[in-house]
Amino acid sequence: MESKKDIVSRLQKDILRWQGFNPPPAGTTKGIGLGLLESAFPNGVFPTGTIHEMICPTPEQAAATGGFMSGILASLMNQGGACIWIGIYRKLFPPSLKHFNVQPDRLIFIDVQREKDVLWAMEEALKCEGLAAVIAEVREISFAQSRRLQLAVESSKVTGFLLRNDPRKLAANTCSARWQISPLPSEPEGGLPGIGFPRWQAELLRVRNGNPGIWQIEWANGKFIPIEEEVSVIQLPQRKVG
Amino acid sequence: MQKRFISLWFRHLVTDWLTLRRPELKEVPFVLVAPIRNRIVVTAANALAEEQGISVGMAAADAKAIVPDLQALDEIPGQSAKLLKALGEWCIRYTPLISVDLPDGLILDVSGCAHLWDGERGYLKEIVTRLRSKGYDVRAAIADTIGTAWAISRYGKKTPVIKSGEQRNALLLLPPAALRLDSLILERLQKLGFYTISQFINLQRSALRRRFGDSFLLRLDQALGNEDEHVKLLRPIEPYSERLPCLEPIRTATGIEIAIKTLLEMLCKRLTAEGKGIRSAILKGYRVDGQIIQTVIGTNRPTFHTGHLFKLFELKISTLEPALGIELFTLDAIKIEDAEPEQEILWQAGGTGLQDSSLAELLDRIANKIGSNNIHRYLPQEHYWPERSVKLARSLKEKPGTSWRTNRPRPSLLLPKPERIEVTALIPDYPPMLFIYKGEKHQIAKADGPERIEREWWLDEGEHRDYYQVEDEAGRRYWLFRSGHYSGDHSKQWFIHGFFA
Repeated sequence: MESKKDIVSRLQKDILRWQGFNPPPAGTTKGIGLGLLESAFPNGVFPTGTIHEMICPTPEQAAATGGFMSGILASLMNQGGACIWIGIYRKLFPPSLKHFNVQPDRLIFIDVQREKDVLWAMEEALKCEGLAAVIAEVREISFAQSRRLQLAVESSKVTGFLLRNDPRKLAANTCSARWQISPLPSEPEGGLPGIGFPRWQAELLRVRNGNPGIWQIEWANGKFIPIEEEVSVIQLPQRKVG
Repeated sequence: MQKRFISLWFRHLVTDWLTLRRPELKEVPFVLVAPIRNRIVVTAANALAEEQGISVGMAAADAKAIVPDLQALDEIPGQSAKLLKALGEWCIRYTPLISVDLPDGLILDVSGCAHLWDGERGYLKEIVTRLRSKGYDVRAAIADTIGTAWAISRYGKKTPVIKSGEQRNALLLLPPAALRLDSLILERLQKLGFYTISQFINLQRSALRRRFGDSFLLRLDQALGNEDEHVKLLRPIEPYSERLPCLEPIRTATGIEIAIKTLLEMLCKRLTAEGKGIRSAILKGYRVDGQIIQTVIGTNRPTFHTGHLFKLFELKISTLEPALGIELFTLDAIKIEDAEPEQEILWQAGGTGLQDSSLAELLDRIANKIGSNNIHRYLPQEHYWPERSVKLARSLKEKPGTSWRTNRPRPSLLLPKPERIEVTALIPDYPPMLFIYKGEKHQIAKADGPERIEREWWLDEGEHRDYYQVEDEAGRRYWLFRSGHYSGDHSKQWFIHGFFA
């Protein structure tokens, strides 16, 4: 006899599947090096072929997000795919990507003039199969717009990242995860003076069918290193998944 | 644009065809006969037979009396219509608007086509010589109206090309039969002594109407171009549109979905066959209360993929208010483009790299919409000066000439222009203790630097920069620099240039 909880979770999974969110089966992909953080996702696999939402209201957070995302891009792009970055006020400095193992010349930047073209370009790009990732700086996105993006990634299996710089305009959308990356004070290495490796607080505010939480993570020697002693998985109240 | 029409007259349509089929008939006079009102009547005669005085409508027995070795063959009913249709299809190479003019002609709407064949004379000559070389005895004329072209092709003795607006002069000397009139009217005209059109063309219209009726005036006006004439096209231009009447008014979203699916399937079937795709389509619902509700979709690439189009409409269903019910759905493709069938890729190694055609197509589309100067790709350049350390790639194929440097810290975000900050520095050439940027005070906890970057004197002039990588107490990391050497007045020397990850 199934318990009520089992039935609910099974139904939830069914609904997600019908909506087009297919969690990858466990153990089929080798992960992207986020370590413990990946356990927050369904089946413990970082979902590719979906859209992630990154909240970065301040330039400092945008920089941290850029670093964190570049680390993820590095593993997404090692298949040889190109990556498209769409924005209006783009400040990303391409040479910095190389510090995160990303070939900056494999990124194509599309600088659009109008807000609505960002979404159009993103949808177009997401339809292009085989791209490693599509990143767009989006101020506002409605549910229908995010649904269009979701439809695009469903067929093309491209991973999308939405950079949201206005947290007041967050609304329900179809993104599979909502992140907020903030910089943390770095730890000097071995008592050396100066600044250590970049360290961030990665907050997974919302994750479809997974467990939100807060992690601390560092980028050192070309890979993510979770700061394990300070892990604090928070149990957020069950949110309405839009 | 002035309309131009060509009328083709096949003088011996069926007999020519028969001669082509049976070459032995080429040298003999022959007629086609058919029983009409219990009499065997000649319905067609070849050129040889006509030369010897046999005409259509003559009794077969009379014809045989005139030409003893005349061959009489049975007419195949409906053959001329079939032949004209086939010839019309063949003529589509010259113009898409072709109609059959029974019993022995074709009408070609050639407006705007003639210049492709060096003018109207060359165009006409091309058509006629091609048809004659096939074995059809054809006469043709080109004019502003179907009526004049018809008249000149059959009765014209001078030029077959009637210049625009000169129908009246061209018609003057022709017999009344050139106006495609009823045999009764022709007989009456004959009795009244009207042997050419010029004899009655200037008479009062009321008098003509009284004697010959409206149809006579209509034919005259059509020939002169005062009245439009519509013909039934061989290949009608059908709009990409589908209708779906409903037995009962549709009121539910599911019903609308089914209607959309049905309409899309009908439309896409045709589009697939023609290799076209929808760029934009409009769905209209005619409601019971007389209102029309509608919704429009657009696609970025022409598509005839029912599933995809349905997904687009599916999003709009919620905006359709059926109210008391929708009686009739129509789906019109407003914008149609050629959809190129894509070659299938057997397998894709890795991902879509920069050389991939699908990426190029994507960028083409984006460039079409937002301008190609908005698409950038960067390559390393051997300069330390941050603004010059990257250059724009000229094409997708361009490879980096040098490798990207990682031996120096570089920020994730670089401000397009360094912004001035207020700093407090205790010791010259040391990193500052605190700085104020945009009204916020940042207490510096850790710092690295300086990294001195000189301007390249051969490129520009100015002070060098001493870059510091600093981290404030909250862990936020910045890239600051002091412009030039530390001097007494350092209030205007400090800038922020970037943000580290």
